[in-house]
Amino acid sequence: MRRRNLEELFFKFLMVLATLVVGGSFFLIVGTIFYKGAPYMTFDMLTKTPGGGFYIGKEGGILNAIIGSMYVAGGATILGLIISIPVAIYLNMYMDGKKFLSNTLRMVFDVLFGIPSIVYGAFGFLIMVYFGLRASLLGGIIAVTLLVIPILVRTLDEVIRTVPLELRDAALSLGSTRWETAKVVLRAIRPGIITAILISFGRAIGDVAAVLFTAGFSDNIPTSLHEPAATLPLAIFFQLGSPIEEVQGRGYASALILTIVVLIITILSELLVKKFYKHKS
Amino acid sequence: MTKDKAHISVQDLNVHIGGNHILKDLNIDIPNKSVTSIIGPSGCGKTTLLKTFNRLHDTAADVKVTGKVLVDGEDIYDPNTEITHIRKKMGLLSQRPYPLPMSIYDNVAYGPRIHGTRKRQDLDIIVEKQLKATALWNEVKDRLHSSATRLSIGQQQRLCLARGLAVGPEIILGDESTSALDPVSTSIIEDLFVKLKQDYSIVLVTHILRQAARVSDYIIFVYEGRIVEYGKTEQVLRDPREELTKEYVKGYIV
Repeated sequence: MRRRNLEELFFKFLMVLATLVVGGSFFLIVGTIFYKGAPYMTFDMLTKTPGGGFYIGKEGGILNAIIGSMYVAGGATILGLIISIPVAIYLNMYMDGKKFLSNTLRMVFDVLFGIPSIVYGAFGFLIMVYFGLRASLLGGIIAVTLLVIPILVRTLDEVIRTVPLELRDAALSLGSTRWETAKVVLRAIRPGIITAILISFGRAIGDVAAVLFTAGFSDNIPTSLHEPAATLPLAIFFQLGSPIEEVQGRGYASALILTIVVLIITILSELLVKKFYKHKS
Repeated sequence: MTKDKAHISVQDLNVHIGGNHILKDLNIDIPNKSVTSIIGPSGCGKTTLLKTFNRLHDTAADVKVTGKVLVDGEDIYDPNTEITHIRKKMGLLSQRPYPLPMSIYDNVAYGPRIHGTRKRQDLDIIVEKQLKATALWNEVKDRLHSSATRLSIGQQQRLCLARGLAVGPEIILGDESTSALDPVSTSIIEDLFVKLKQDYSIVLVTHILRQAARVSDYIIFVYEGRIVEYGKTEQVLRDPREELTKEYVKGYIV
């Protein structure tokens, strides 16, 4: 009896410890970034482009990177959705009786999902070289789109599979074509699409490797798709690499901004998922 | 077997699902403007049979259908038959209501819209007519534009019936349509079936013998994928010809 009790205690202790390490690291990371970045966090950081002599500027802020990241992540998410929604619909609604093919395709998307983003960056770079594009906003959007498509397809695929088959049968029984039925299904998953957008945007805004070669960097806010664009992760990378303490501090402030943006997106998508499932039951 | 004109005519129908022989050599004529109930124990193929009538098996994998199903003399499994045209002729009422993710009004107007009725006044007339036909109008007329999912289950099922009728079908298929409903809603739906048979041919799958007795004119008893007995309700339930039917009616086969 005693041995079993000890065993129980021991493993419970291990579980609590592991949970504390994981949960604690969240607060440690956010805390460190806040501690290091908060002193440099000024209103200028959010509202001005860099000025002054250093690479990313001692004066001004990182508005160029904030806007650049929004452009890249937003553009990639929109482009990704335009491609992913038809794929998810096709997989679920047009491949009846082709189980082998649809499962193979799902596996392909899972593999794509697991490919490191630097590979997408390199591939995006090759495409750009092929078309003679310079590092630009467009290049960054293309590379990040490649990165988010598997995420979007997978999320949408799962959401569509929560729609009861009977709802499709109901629409079909009314004489709908498959496309009309697909529109009913899309209507039913609207909250799920918003969740997919948020997940994709959150992933796109934080990725550095995909934009490393493709988006370039600039102190200015891009005014066309062919100009290079700064992104938050790259700004952090350059600022932290500076030997000057103040610029490093601004790097932590940039990291704080990025973390807050991602946190807001994550919390928003969690709330939406909850709302989605509450409405369904 | 029946004096009425056959509306659905099944000839040498065989259905295999994933290698299992579900329906075996079925031949039936389902009469016009009456209620025909398909009864039988669970897993006997009742629902499969119903689904062959509007080709809902098309969307499922590994289903093989051979033989003919004629609706108004037209073979619905002919490759040249347009499937939306077949389905438009039949309204399906499933086990549980599945309202479309839109308002009450749009649920009823959905079918007419996809089939080309666009004018607001025309749609208004159809929606009111079908909601009245399903005894729902008085309950929902003040909230036509609120979400259909907020209705009670019984109201949702009547809405689904109204939605199906709005397309202008000739046949109503009911797949245990009252199994999720409370007794009051069940009797409303049953009364509707009896009323609607003046204008429609109705085919119901049910596992409730008393329901079959209450609403149907004819009964088809299916057992292990074969039709055991088919005849007038009175005759099948009171004086079955086959031994298997006798046992099922007495409750020996579940």
